Amino acid sequence: MAGAEGDDSLYPIAVLIDELRNEDVQLRLNSIKKLSTIALALGVERTRTELLPFLTDTIYDEDEVLLALAEQLGSFTVLVGGPEFVHCLLPPLESLATVEETVVRDKAVESLRKISQEHSPVDLEVHFVPLVKRLASGDWFTSRTSACGLFGVCYPRVSIMTHTFESTLITAVMHFRTLCSDDTPMVRRAASSKLGEFAKVLELDYVKSDIIPLFTALASDEQDSVRLLAVEAGVSIAALLPQEDLEDLVMPTLRQAAEDKSWRVRYMVADKFSELQKAVGPEITKNDLVPAFQNLLKDCEAEVRTAAANKVKVFCESLPEDSRETIIMTHILPCVKELVSDTNQHVKSALASVIMGLSTILGKDNTVEHLLPLFLVQLKDEYPEVRLNIISNLDCVNEVIGIRQLSQSLLPAIVELAEDAKWRVRLAIIEYMPLLAGQLGVEFFDEKLNSLCMAWLIDHVYAIREAATCNLMKLVEKFGAEWAQNTIVPKVLGMANDSNYLHRMTTLFCINALSEVCGQEITTKHMLPVVLKMSTDQVANVRFNVARCLQKIGPVLDSSALQAEVKPVLEKLATDQDMDVKYFALEAISGMYLFNLPTYIFSETFSFSSILFFFFSFSLSP
Amino acid sequence: MMAGVGGGNDFQWCFSQVKGAIDEDVAEADIISTVEFNCSGELLATGDKGGRVVIFQREQESKNRLLSRGEYNVYSTFQSHEPEFDYLKSLEIEEKINKIRWLPQQNAAHFLLSANDKTIKLWKISERDKRAEGYNLKDEDGRLRDQFRITTLRVPVLMPMDLMVEASPRRIFANAHTYHINSISVNSDYETYLSADDLRINLWHLEITDRSFNIVDIKPANMEELTEVITAAECHPHQCNVFVYSSSKGTIRLCDMRAAALCDRHSKFFEEPEDPSSRSFFSEIISSISDVKFSHSGRYMMTRDYLSVKVWDLNMENRPVETYQVHEYLRSKLCSLYENDCIFDKFECCWNGSDSAIMTGSYNNFFRMFDRNTRRDITLEASRENSKPRAMLKPRKVCTGGKRKKDEISVDSLDFNKKILHTAWHPKENVIAVAATNNLYIFQDKIN
Repeated sequence: MAGAEGDDSLYPIAVLIDELRNEDVQLRLNSIKKLSTIALALGVERTRTELLPFLTDTIYDEDEVLLALAEQLGSFTVLVGGPEFVHCLLPPLESLATVEETVVRDKAVESLRKISQEHSPVDLEVHFVPLVKRLASGDWFTSRTSACGLFGVCYPRVSIMTHTFESTLITAVMHFRTLCSDDTPMVRRAASSKLGEFAKVLELDYVKSDIIPLFTALASDEQDSVRLLAVEAGVSIAALLPQEDLEDLVMPTLRQAAEDKSWRVRYMVADKFSELQKAVGPEITKNDLVPAFQNLLKDCEAEVRTAAANKVKVFCESLPEDSRETIIMTHILPCVKELVSDTNQHVKSALASVIMGLSTILGKDNTVEHLLPLFLVQLKDEYPEVRLNIISNLDCVNEVIGIRQLSQSLLPAIVELAEDAKWRVRLAIIEYMPLLAGQLGVEFFDEKLNSLCMAWLIDHVYAIREAATCNLMKLVEKFGAEWAQNTIVPKVLGMANDSNYLHRMTTLFCINALSEVCGQEITTKHMLPVVLKMSTDQVANVRFNVARCLQKIGPVLDSSALQAEVKPVLEKLATDQDMDVKYFALEAISGMYLFNLPTYIFSETFSFSSILFFFFSFSLSP
Repeated sequence: MMAGVGGGNDFQWCFSQVKGAIDEDVAEADIISTVEFNCSGELLATGDKGGRVVIFQREQESKNRLLSRGEYNVYSTFQSHEPEFDYLKSLEIEEKINKIRWLPQQNAAHFLLSANDKTIKLWKISERDKRAEGYNLKDEDGRLRDQFRITTLRVPVLMPMDLMVEASPRRIFANAHTYHINSISVNSDYETYLSADDLRINLWHLEITDRSFNIVDIKPANMEELTEVITAAECHPHQCNVFVYSSSKGTIRLCDMRAAALCDRHSKFFEEPEDPSSRSFFSEIISSISDVKFSHSGRYMMTRDYLSVKVWDLNMENRPVETYQVHEYLRSKLCSLYENDCIFDKFECCWNGSDSAIMTGSYNNFFRMFDRNTRRDITLEASRENSKPRAMLKPRKVCTGGKRKKDEISVDSLDFNKKILHTAWHPKENVIAVAATNNLYIFQDKIN
């Protein structure tokens, strides 16, 4: 602590404390984030007696400040004097757990859960449990929703360690039951979403006798939003129960959820289907889930079908091995066939993103006979997204049957996407080109796709031209420099004489992208002369892009070329009439350290980094 | 004297308060555009054409003066919306508050949604009665202290202060409506609400502002084929999946959100067959529904068209169970009402707390109440003339042809500039709020 004569080390802390109430939110936020510094300076005693009471009442602040506060308090135990005093943190967190902003409340609950672990069993019972009870019976629903998340953490430890085992547990269950039948849907929603977690900490007997009735009640709540959350709780509970109890205790309710009147509930079932499948095991999956899944795939609401279609692959993968193929072939595939010609594009596109995965499960013969026709239909779908999803997953099929089977249909699909009127679609297919090139091989590519890749370079949308240049670079990475020299470099360089200046600039952008992957020889021999020649272009934009291009490819070139060819051109550009050309030329010159350097440095033996090294040693010498 | 209407007991309506300026010339911005009690009736909110929201709070009834009833006093006033300009469409966006809806109370603070033509805002109204005191770098008078003289750290202490009410915007739900928002309605799940404009209805999550779901879209591919617009929409008070919307053609559609994500197909369609004998040029205009409200019980809904109020049983689609004439005497005046645009006025309607009576507005600062049990109706006037505290309201009568009796007003002398479009009924008691241009009248019952 500071002496009476004053201590300037207190000043920064004093500022922080004062800024806890600054008018500027950002300053308050900064100050709250350094709360541990303040607490450290105050010492544990003053933190407990002064700082925490002040913070308890600071619930008027902006959400972001409260959120930061709630988070800080979760790791404050040491600062209030260790586990012995951890309960001092409860009052401020209690008030934060009642604010209306969900994120703040959730964070306060998270911190409460965290510090509950630091309470001794006795403290837990004396301080923490009453807090949970207070919240659970609070006037406002905000406190009651927060309480829902706390039962799970505080009771297991209380009950094991103390003599009040039974009674504590019973009150916990009783409180939770009250929350499950709360008047407001908000609290019932919170209870519904925390039910699974609460069940996990209870003994199996309690789950069967107390939690199951609550689950059944929540799953038939009048509010759709409560019922749909109960689905997830059902999955967690199912995972806890032994196989023989599942049929009686949870399956009737889950079956009912899968056929709920509200599509949102059915959607939730579809969305959680893989978890459900894992929780109930192979037997129930075969008998119950397969028909349920079929129904979801045929649901009248497109959102539900979409969610179910997304799960087709994982569902099939996790089917019990002995009957997997039969189930897929007789039950799932017929539904999938219908979905391929669904009226809704999102359904088809969801299916297209997973359907290729089935081929690894079904093997070569089934794929060729049953799946291939579906792929082909989807490749001709009217919606580009469907086709794109098929194309993006080609690798799965390639492993099983080889891509040749598909290539006949693939090509028209790709060409059509490549020429789609929507530039975003064209952009998406460009991004798959390197992948396709890898799958299809260089010959097929040269024959069919190369011309497309070149055509994109003169697309009228800049984003496409840009993506096309980047695509060329990736192709060269795949097929090598020699391939580049024979196929694409001549075409790219040919564009330098195009009458459209945008196309001429594309040449420069391509060179920017390609020089490194093509290597020094191609760059120096083929690209550099073209770039240099373009420095006399009549369009200023081309000229300054020449300057930028030279700067970009500089590292690839050898020093003699730099000195003998690049430097004079840049120097000439630096005297250009156009301001921008001048600017970029000068920037390139300084960026490449090309000015006033003795020529002996630039001998062939020096790499670019040693040029840099020499430059720096020159500039340092007096 | 005729008894008041309002659910069983005989009582008289009497004057309680009037808010707003007395001057004759009314500033456009001061015109009240919506009135709404909160769920407990303790707070009353009004919105005006100037984009302001004024909240009144009911005073606690004092025990020693049994006769004094809780009066409503200003609790908070804030600017909810500002005028804006849409540069893309070259359109001015008025700041006028079209609707206010309270959220059920969730903690000590109160929340409401307010909407102008395009944007919906969620406001928090909260109280503060403590202030932090004690700075390290300043002394009590605000003078800076020398930073080297700081010998100890001071933690601020909270001290009581005069109550301060703050209104802060919590969320802004924008950019989802191309046309003018006419309704907002909070769902009974208390996590979503819907907003309706002329052609579309969107569903929002109260915590998510960057997206909403379009659940109804009646915009035809070709706007020249447009034959009807959405005039109002409301969520069912208990069934979270049900909502209704009314149209300019006088029909109401009830939709079930469980059935499908898009509610283009209604599950019920309420329409009263037109009486061919009364068909006229104005039939279509006056059948347009200006407001639709579910009863608190959720069994009925009420619709207001230009001349009448209808109560529908949700289980009967082919005709209303009750029809009340609001100002039938105007039927002969439709031509002039068309010429002065009054025929397009959008009157709202409301239920009393027990659904036994309904109220709606008319012209000449008259408003009407109908008792659903006794089928009695009454016309009252919101006027300053009889604005002594607890003065009883005299029933008014409009003379319809024939000889004008004493105390009657002839149709021709009605003032069509004085219209009562917005009214609200306390959810539990016989307290009503009536917006007459820039004045807010509050009336209460007096049991005989």
